[in-house]
Amino acid sequence: MRVRFWGTRGSIPAALTAHSVREKLVSAIVAASGRELDTPEKAAAFADTLPFAATRTFGGNSSCIEVISEGAGRVLLDMGSGARPAAGNALRELKGKPGEFHVFMSHLHWDHIMGFPFFTPAYIPGHTIRIYGCHAELEHAFRRQQAPPSFPVDFSMMGAKIEFQQLEPGRIYDIAGYQVTAKAQAHGGDSYGYRLEREGKAMIYSTDSEHKLENAEETEGFIEFFRGADLVIFDAMYSLADAISVKEDWGHSSNIVGVELCQLAQAKHLVLFHHEPAYDDAAIERVWHETERLEEITREEHAVKVTAAYDGLEVTL
Amino acid sequence: MELSERRAGRAVVLAPAGRIDMGTADQLRERLIPLVAAAGKSGESVVLDFSGVDYISSAGLRVLMLAAKEARTSGGKIAVAALQPLVNEIFQISRFDKVLPCHAGVDEAIAAIAPAG
Repeated sequence: MRVRFWGTRGSIPAALTAHSVREKLVSAIVAASGRELDTPEKAAAFADTLPFAATRTFGGNSSCIEVISEGAGRVLLDMGSGARPAAGNALRELKGKPGEFHVFMSHLHWDHIMGFPFFTPAYIPGHTIRIYGCHAELEHAFRRQQAPPSFPVDFSMMGAKIEFQQLEPGRIYDIAGYQVTAKAQAHGGDSYGYRLEREGKAMIYSTDSEHKLENAEETEGFIEFFRGADLVIFDAMYSLADAISVKEDWGHSSNIVGVELCQLAQAKHLVLFHHEPAYDDAAIERVWHETERLEEITREEHAVKVTAAYDGLEVTL
Repeated sequence: MELSERRAGRAVVLAPAGRIDMGTADQLRERLIPLVAAAGKSGESVVLDFSGVDYISSAGLRVLMLAAKEARTSGGKIAVAALQPLVNEIFQISRFDKVLPCHAGVDEAIAAIAPAG
């Protein structure tokens, strides 16, 4: 099982500015001074020695994840603005053949559906798009965002076969070659996490999920949901202090809770996700390394790998 | 987790010892929040002596957030002192060093928030 991250930013897409690119370039040139970097290979090898934020960006598209397995269907999680590059890649891979897409929706807030009007296969006859979710308003939300005056192309103009299917949290479904289970999460208007399993591997997608920390039963429920997962994609938008004070009830979680749940659930790999749009690359990298350190100093026997998600990241389970 | 309490001038010093996690956080909350409320009314301050705390989880940090809110409501003061290096790092990573004043020792904390008149 492989997982591709097409959109990792929380709440709203956040583009890298010209100023930020220039800052990265200037610092890289200064770091390179005195070195003989006269070939692309030498320069690339040197760039890889610099901190992530110095040469790259965590990216700016909102939530969209792709799950890929040999012999399984094409699966996406959420339709944030990352769905646009995901669509382009899928069409290149399909090489003109009709595709079948299975899309699992965490919830229907704008940053999680905004990519659908730019999901090119939806406009092309022959493709099939099956959208799954636990919200009763699932279909309405997709149709409404394409209605005037919000978008110039109505949903009815989309040429693909588009179907919606309600899921019940807690029930195990066999969809596109995966065993899929949804779990209710605390978020304004509710959200749902997903556990996908196939051939002995398990991944969790748990974004837009607040953990109140006052209810041991609720915590136990998440530990069971995450139990033994090979990968946990986790909403780590805020610091713990912010998540339980000024941003309480905003529906998001922290790196601290992500580490704790993965340790208790014996999960293998925690990916920090739904980055705060106000954070620049340096701030996200700082949170990433602090989280690695937290995992290290609080580890008992079970180690959890920690990664900060970025647009373009691919993880093999 | 063990909890002990003593008075030092205008401060009440509460000293938990051991791990503060999901299993023990309620025990701390039940003792700390009424203490902060009472101290606020009587014009006293609360110092948490963390020299014996070797781990604190998010559930424990939540109790400290509740205590900080209670102190604001009741007009009292609260500070944490003598954090072990590991707990100090957890405070920094969770940004709780910005929520509560943290002092190197209990005496410094008392001098800062409950100076002798």
